[in-house]
Amino acid sequence: MALIEAERVALRYGGPAGTLALEDFSLTVEPGEFVALVGPSGCGKSSFLKVVSGLHPVSAGSARLHDAPIAGPQHGIGMAFQNATLLPWRTTLENVLLPLEVSRDHRATFRRKRAEHEARAMALLRTVGLAEFRDHAPFQLSGGMQQRANLCRPLVHEPEILLLDEPFAALDAFTREELWGVLQDLWTQRRFTVLLVTHDLREAVFLADRIHAVSRRPGRIVKTRAVDLPRPRTLATTFEPAFVDIVHELRDEISRVRQA
Amino acid sequence: MSETRRLRLAPWLATLALVAVWEIGCRVFAVEEFLLPTPSASLAPLWEYAGAIWHNAVFTLWVTLLGFALAVVFGLLLGVATGASRLAYAALYPMLIGFNSIPKVAIVPILVIWSGIGAVPGVLTAFLISFFPIVVNVATGIATLEPELEDVLRSLGPRRRDILLKVGLPRAMPYFFASLKVAVTLAFVGSVISETIAGNRGIGYLMVQASSSFRTLLVFAGLLTVAAMGIGMYALFAWLEQRMTGWAFRGQQPIG
Repeated sequence: MALIEAERVALRYGGPAGTLALEDFSLTVEPGEFVALVGPSGCGKSSFLKVVSGLHPVSAGSARLHDAPIAGPQHGIGMAFQNATLLPWRTTLENVLLPLEVSRDHRATFRRKRAEHEARAMALLRTVGLAEFRDHAPFQLSGGMQQRANLCRPLVHEPEILLLDEPFAALDAFTREELWGVLQDLWTQRRFTVLLVTHDLREAVFLADRIHAVSRRPGRIVKTRAVDLPRPRTLATTFEPAFVDIVHELRDEISRVRQA
Repeated sequence: MSETRRLRLAPWLATLALVAVWEIGCRVFAVEEFLLPTPSASLAPLWEYAGAIWHNAVFTLWVTLLGFALAVVFGLLLGVATGASRLAYAALYPMLIGFNSIPKVAIVPILVIWSGIGAVPGVLTAFLISFFPIVVNVATGIATLEPELEDVLRSLGPRRRDILLKVGLPRAMPYFFASLKVAVTLAFVGSVISETIAGNRGIGYLMVQASSSFRTLLVFAGLLTVAAMGIGMYALFAWLEQRMTGWAFRGQQPIG
């Protein structure tokens, strides 16, 4: 059974006369898949993440999670955005622990299970190479390190689904490619389901099992491409002809969409 | 001279320069002492009337700090309410603007009718004049949560109380402490106004008494005393701000 099932979803902001962000948007995601949405900016990719997380109700069509309609914020979802929204008054470790402190499922037992939670957070920080920075404040970390911590935070309550909205867009090219590897490691270890929104085609091909190209607003899926490159993928993979071919194929599709 | 040392000396030098211009100006243009005494002459009554000035200054300080303490409690509560709830904001904000627009001088006579002459009108005027900046700052700090962070939090299904305690309030603290510096100087304005209009003690009362008998020197000595107390309190809260919310000042520390 599919984990996420969107069928002919439409999403309109601000009443019946408002902007139509999504129209006729259908997408199915299986448990453990890594799915990327690519498309021109302002095409409604991020709006779909809001539908899945239950932060915005659909205007038409149906969106289902575990075969139940999505109504209101959902359990078991983690989110990370382009700007590392770490709290400046908390250390790296305290920032990663925040979801456990406030989430419906864990806040009641947070104090009692503090040691267990810290161990969990530290395991994540070790994977992304931040273990020794657990007691540093965010402003003492570089942009790349902040984004690493920002990837750990939504994973600490072990969600089924991770929603990523252009998580590496604000980073320089070297750091970005490094973090692709970090994210791939996290995913390989834990096998959560990922929905990644990006406008970086190489990023999408590097990370995803399946890529959907989205049309201009109102967003609709115009092309689906499976990526069958072997894992783990490395930077060397990005120079292989098979990788480059997929990137080109997607680029052609996106430029067609932008001109249409 | 290092940059830090120059920054440290700057306020003293600027103050000294003002005093020098004032002193020289008075002497060059031979300004009568009962119109504008020189700063050196104004220091004399600080010795001569030290007892009376001390006695009244301590009274004014107490009245001011009491009103200010009320303003902190009330301002924090109202700021959290209007910052966290759009309904409370819509309901209360116009009223707050209205209150803030009323000149506090106009309220003192009403306060005197209610509570008589003494410390109470001073405390209330200091409170009324200083709580507004606290409310506005705390509300701004809480209401300007980044939308991305709000989405991250909302998807966790938290209680509103948790968001307020763990994110909203800590985030508002730099705004809160910044407003305290401004509010405490305003509180002095309030208490001294009240004492000049209807008081029987305090620096404001002392100045009115002195001016009615043309003891201009004493009036200026009173002004200097109020200014010194204002600077002292400002410095205290600036220090507290640095200590409590150092994380918000990382950009202002000298680099390297």
